[in-house]
This record gives sequence, C-alpha cells and structure tokens, in this order.
Amino acid sequence: MSLPSFAQGIHPPTAKQLTAAKPIRRFPFAPYLVILLSQHIGQPAKPVVRQGEEVQRGQLIAEAQGFLSVPMHAPATGRVTRIGKALDMSGRMAQAVMIEPYPAAEQEFPERQGTDPLQCSAAELLQLVQNSGMVGLGGAAFPTHVKIQASLDKGVETLIVNGCECEPYLTCDHRVMLEYPAEVILGIRILLKSLSIDRALIAIEENKADAAAVLRAAIEPDWPIEVQLLQTKYPQGAEKLLTQALLGREIPAGKLPADIGVMVSNVATLMEIARLIPRGQGIIERVVTLSGEGLGKPGNYLVPIGTPLDFILDRVGLEAEQPRVIFGGPLMGKPVACLQTPTTKGVTGILVLKGPPPDHPRPAPSPCILCGDCLRVCPLQLNPSMLGRLAQRSLYEEMAHEYHLRDCFECGCCAYVCPARIPLVQLFQAAKTNLRKLG
Amino acid sequence: MKQPDYLKVHLKAAPHIHSGREVEGIMRRVVYALLPVALFAVAKYGLSALALLAVCILGSLGTEYWILSRRDPQASFGGDGSALLTGLLLALTLPAGLPLWMALVGSIIAILLGKQAFGGLGQNPFNPALVGRVFLQTAFPQAMTSWHPAWAAERFDKLFGSSLTLPLLSPEYDGLSGATPLGLSKFEGLSTELGALLLDQTAGSIGEGSPLLLLLGGLYLVCKRDLDWRIPSAILASLFLFSTTVHLLDPSGAPSPGFMLISGGLLLGAIYMATDMVSSPVTPGAVWSYGIFIGLLVATIRLWGGMPEGVAFAILLANSLVPLLNRAFPPRVYGYRQGGRDG
Repeated sequence: MSLPSFAQGIHPPTAKQLTAAKPIRRFPFAPYLVILLSQHIGQPAKPVVRQGEEVQRGQLIAEAQGFLSVPMHAPATGRVTRIGKALDMSGRMAQAVMIEPYPAAEQEFPERQGTDPLQCSAAELLQLVQNSGMVGLGGAAFPTHVKIQASLDKGVETLIVNGCECEPYLTCDHRVMLEYPAEVILGIRILLKSLSIDRALIAIEENKADAAAVLRAAIEPDWPIEVQLLQTKYPQGAEKLLTQALLGREIPAGKLPADIGVMVSNVATLMEIARLIPRGQGIIERVVTLSGEGLGKPGNYLVPIGTPLDFILDRVGLEAEQPRVIFGGPLMGKPVACLQTPTTKGVTGILVLKGPPPDHPRPAPSPCILCGDCLRVCPLQLNPSMLGRLAQRSLYEEMAHEYHLRDCFECGCCAYVCPARIPLVQLFQAAKTNLRKLG
Repeated sequence: MKQPDYLKVHLKAAPHIHSGREVEGIMRRVVYALLPVALFAVAKYGLSALALLAVCILGSLGTEYWILSRRDPQASFGGDGSALLTGLLLALTLPAGLPLWMALVGSIIAILLGKQAFGGLGQNPFNPALVGRVFLQTAFPQAMTSWHPAWAAERFDKLFGSSLTLPLLSPEYDGLSGATPLGLSKFEGLSTELGALLLDQTAGSIGEGSPLLLLLGGLYLVCKRDLDWRIPSAILASLFLFSTTVHLLDPSGAPSPGFMLISGGLLLGAIYMATDMVSSPVTPGAVWSYGIFIGLLVATIRLWGGMPEGVAFAILLANSLVPLLNRAFPPRVYGYRQGGRDG
C-alpha cells in the first residue's frame, strides 16, 4: 500500500544530500548583530534598551506591542551600538537594534527562574510562549501564542506535528528530529497536556525515515503520539495539505486548521518550546540550513538571530560569480536583494544558487499554450493558467471571485512546471496586492 | 557599519527552480512522434508526398515569419516549432496528388486565419491545421477526394502529374486508385479487411497511412507527458460504443466498430489534432466531455452524413465549445463543496 499524501503536487529534485548528513554546529558570533524589530506577522516590537547600554545574552531588548506581536531578546552579551534603521531582506529600511557582542564574553545564558511546563495551565503556557518570543519556525513566523489562543478558542483534538520539510535543499528540521528527539517529544507533550489535546500525529516524509525511527524510539507507549510516514511530495508540509493527507479532511476556504479541530506546529518550534520554556528563556538562535551549489561549506548551523548575511556567506565560502541568494527553500523562499540584511526567526535556510534564474535566456515568456500542466499539479485544484491570463489583463476581481485567487498560498508548483515559464506566482502576488489596494 | 560590498545578485521572485520543460520541447517531440508517419507517407507515395510536406511546412513557416515580423520588427523569429507542426499536420491530412499550389494556399490559410488572426500562439480557438484542411476541402472538393495509387512503381522518379498543376487551374488526373476504405464502405457497402488496414491503408490522406505508426507516436507522447491520453481515449471509446450499438441494430447497413476505429483520419485526428493543447480544454470534466462529443460527432457524420469522413469537422465543432466546457466543468477547488463558489 502506498503512503498517504495529498492530491497532485510535484516531485522536484530534493537536493538534500548536500546537507542531510551534516550535524548541527554552532555558528560564530558576527562582529555586529542586527535584530530587526518586525520579523513576525503583526506589530513590530518596541525597544526597551538604550544606545550604549550593555545587554546580557537572552535579555529582553524589545517588548511585544499588543497581542499579535512578540518580544525580542539579545542574541549575545555585548553593547547596544545603535537603535535605528537597517536593511531588511527585500532591501527596505526597517527599525532594528544593533548589538556588538563582547569578543571575550562567555556568552552564557544567565540563570533564570524556570517553570515546569508539564504542570502549567493553558493560560500560563500562553504567557510563557509569548514571553519567549516564539514564532512558527517553519518559515511563516506566525506568533506561536496566537496559534495557541486560536486553538484554545476553538477546541482542538489533534496536534499535527509538521516534520515534512518538503522544500528541496532544506534539512534543518531533519537534523532537529535526529539530534533533538527528546526535546521534540517533550514539546509535543507540553502542548498536549496544557491545551488538553487528545493526540498528536508527527508527519514525516518517506525520505526521512531515519528521523521517524528516532522519534518513534523516544515515545513512551502510553503517550498518545504517533509517527506517520507520508509520500515525499511537494508541498506536503503546507497545513491545508497535511490535514488532507493525515486526516482525509480539508480546511474549508478562509478557515483555520483550528476550525476543524486541528493545530499544526513545526518540529523545530516544538523543540524550541521544550528547550526554552523550562528555563524561562527567549528565542535567540535557530537552526538554519546553509546550502546550494554556490556555497563552499554547506551544512546545518545554530545561527544567532540577527547575524548579517555577508558574515555568514564569508564564513561558508561564497563560490558563485553572480549568485541567487534566497532566504528559505527554492520554491517558496524569498530572494535577498542585499547581503547586509540579517537573519530573522523565520529564516529556515540560506540558499546560494549558481547561475541565472530559470527564465533568464528568454527575453520574454512564451504565451500560455494551455497545456494544462499547472492544473495537474496545483494542490488546491485551482486553474493557474486562467488566473495567469486574467492577471495579465488586470482582471483581479474576476480572479478572486471566479477562480479563488485568495486560496492560493503561492507554493509555486504551477510556475515550476510551466513550459512557457510564465511567472505565475509573481502575477498572483501582484494581483493580491492590487486587490488589497482596491479594498 | 561595514561598507556595503557590491556583489551582484540575480533577483527574481519564487520559485527559484524549474522543471526544465519548454514549449519548444513539446513541439519538437510532437514532430518526432510524427516523423515515422511522414516517412511512411513518403515511402508510400514518393516524391509527391515529399513535395507536399515541404510546401506545407515552408508555407506555414513563411506566413508565421511574415506576420511576426510585421507585428514587432525587433522581435527575432525564435521558431517555437508551432508553425512547423501546423504545416506538418496539414500536409498529413492531404491526398498525395493534391496540386502543390492548393497545399500552399491551405498552409497560408492555416496560419493566417487559423492562428495569427486570433493573436498567434496560445490564442487560437481552432486547430490551425484543420482550419487549413477544411478550407481546402470546401474550396477544392474534387482535388481533396482524388486518391492516387500507393506504392506506384515510378513514385520516386517523378511527381504525380496533378501535383504540378499550375496555380488557379484544376488538376487533371490519370490512373487514380479507387475510393478510400471509408468511401467504399459508405457508398458501395464494401468492407476492407481490418488487419490490412492496421498496417497500411489502401487509399486516403498521406498521414492516414499506418494506424500502427500513429498509435506508437501517440504512446511516445503520452510517456513524455506531451499528450493528454484522456482525449483520444474518450473519442475512441465513445465512437466504439456508439457504432457498436448502431452495428448491432443494423449489422448489414452500418460498418463494424473496429473498422470505424482504425479507418480514415480518426487516429490522426484523435491523437494529434483533437489534443492540440491550445484548442482543447483543460479541466478534467471538460476534457472527457470534449472527447466524448468528438467521438459521437464523428460517428454521426460517418453513419448518416453526406461525406464518408467527418473527423476534421467534428474536432473543429468541439473546439468551438472549449471555452464553454471549461466553464461548465470547473475543477472542485480544495476547501469548497462541489461546484460551490464559496465555502
């Protein structure tokens, strides 16, 4: 019997062999760190330190502004050199706190009053998670406490633990599962216990069966936690498709997983919850996959949040002449316009791809020949071909009302297969932006 | 702060990788699939078939080039292969001895009225090659149904006399073969043996020659995912079921279903023309109903119509329904109820 999966999708080369066997190593501190104050969905955090002030590793440096926001903590012991504008990944100026780490400092976490997370109530856990500055580490950077709140409001029976890592090149979640199985399982138990969730399903793609075995070995028989292998297929890790593959249920359009009694959380997020909450600490570093053919030393590293990209690329050896640098995976990752930008909580990987973009040799894309390939791969069964034609004629309202533009989560399957190389995802993003402007 | 360095990066929106499939590749593989069919036609009809292929392909390419260069003088004529394919397909639907000037007119009409009049590649509602063929069939009915004998001894020595008819003049024929198997069946009630038909049809358009080669080429394209297998399947299945029913009701009058499937231009049309990406539907429900519709139309025209053959008209009629079919059978989108527009 074949393993469960969702309908359609694509099988790009996984390119994971570059880093899958590379254990997580600690990345050195850069001479300066840049902590952007808006690295999550929601309001930017507000600085609570002054220029010139000394900060200790893990110390709160910016507090959350309202419920949708999360606080920031100092990634290193050092001095605040500046509070002001810095370049974000798209090349825009954004508010940030700059810290110069002390070279000789021990960079130890200060001891802090901890809580036993397995004993705390839902409200307490919510507060602890928000205080830790936790966001979804799978890439979306959605504040974790907000997801917990939604799950509490709607009542959730199933926790889906996302260990799919379906994006090519990325192996950080794979390494986390292999190297921190106890923490991943503890993180699951914390959520199950304090949110009164009945059971947890850990979803892992077939090509990471070793991680599934390691996690299975870490589960006690009486814990309601199961590991489920899924087909290796992109975009298996999207939450809409995970619920379809695991539970055979769809999330109705415009609704959240919580609306069908499901909470989806990434393995790395759960691992960090288990590590940070008992010690009362905030998130100041994360596992990042550094990979791509343009890098000399690809690998998985524990990178302090706020490390400038040029420092990282310098250390791992940039080998491409005119590279493409991407934060995230090759299908949904964001292109980096400026190498001075720092890493953020949502950066799962840094890819350096050699050579020009896929559509480069052609001056303009060929017209759509209605081959229908995009309809055959779209995991939501949308009609990307028609959406693309409407986008080129600026018929945004029709795209939204007749062809479900707003359901598209921009996985990129359509553009990946398009033989005319029409930049479909870009067209859809522009259409959504224009629709928001129209109101 | 460190001075910014000026390393150049390529900046492009996601996705950052591509499957490598190209429009040119699709067109090229369809041409490959048809090469054995074209070679068989040349082997069978000799120089006249070769000249017919050359004239149609050059006529299509020339017309395409002329229009594209008028539309944008700066644009280079990249040659996506679609015009070449149109010329090749058109030639395969013509009788071997068709005057070359008529073939040239057909190929110009195919590109001009069948494709560029609607805006070029990707915009044409009808299969351009069939537009050219139907124009010729309507304008020159006699020349389009005069069949030269296959495997003629002197076929590589000289062209058929009719091929070289001067422009605007009607051809004069000598030594024509009989009617096509479909014509024999329709007008004289004669049937042809199926095994012989499968390998080599006695008379007909040059591309109808070998159903076996047509099927093999189609199989190759299905394996390369360049051909939507559902369309020929639906056409053949609906034609088979419908003609079986009629044959059972009237065993002496109606031809056998097997004969219906492998005779005439059906395979050429079902595998290579009805599946033309631009003029065929994309949503699953529309694809199946489109194929079934073509099968039923072909059966209707062949059984009761005034012509022995109706594949070209059936496909063009179905082409005109494609936008409607795509709208009538939208795919069920994730998170919505069947057919529902909202959750």
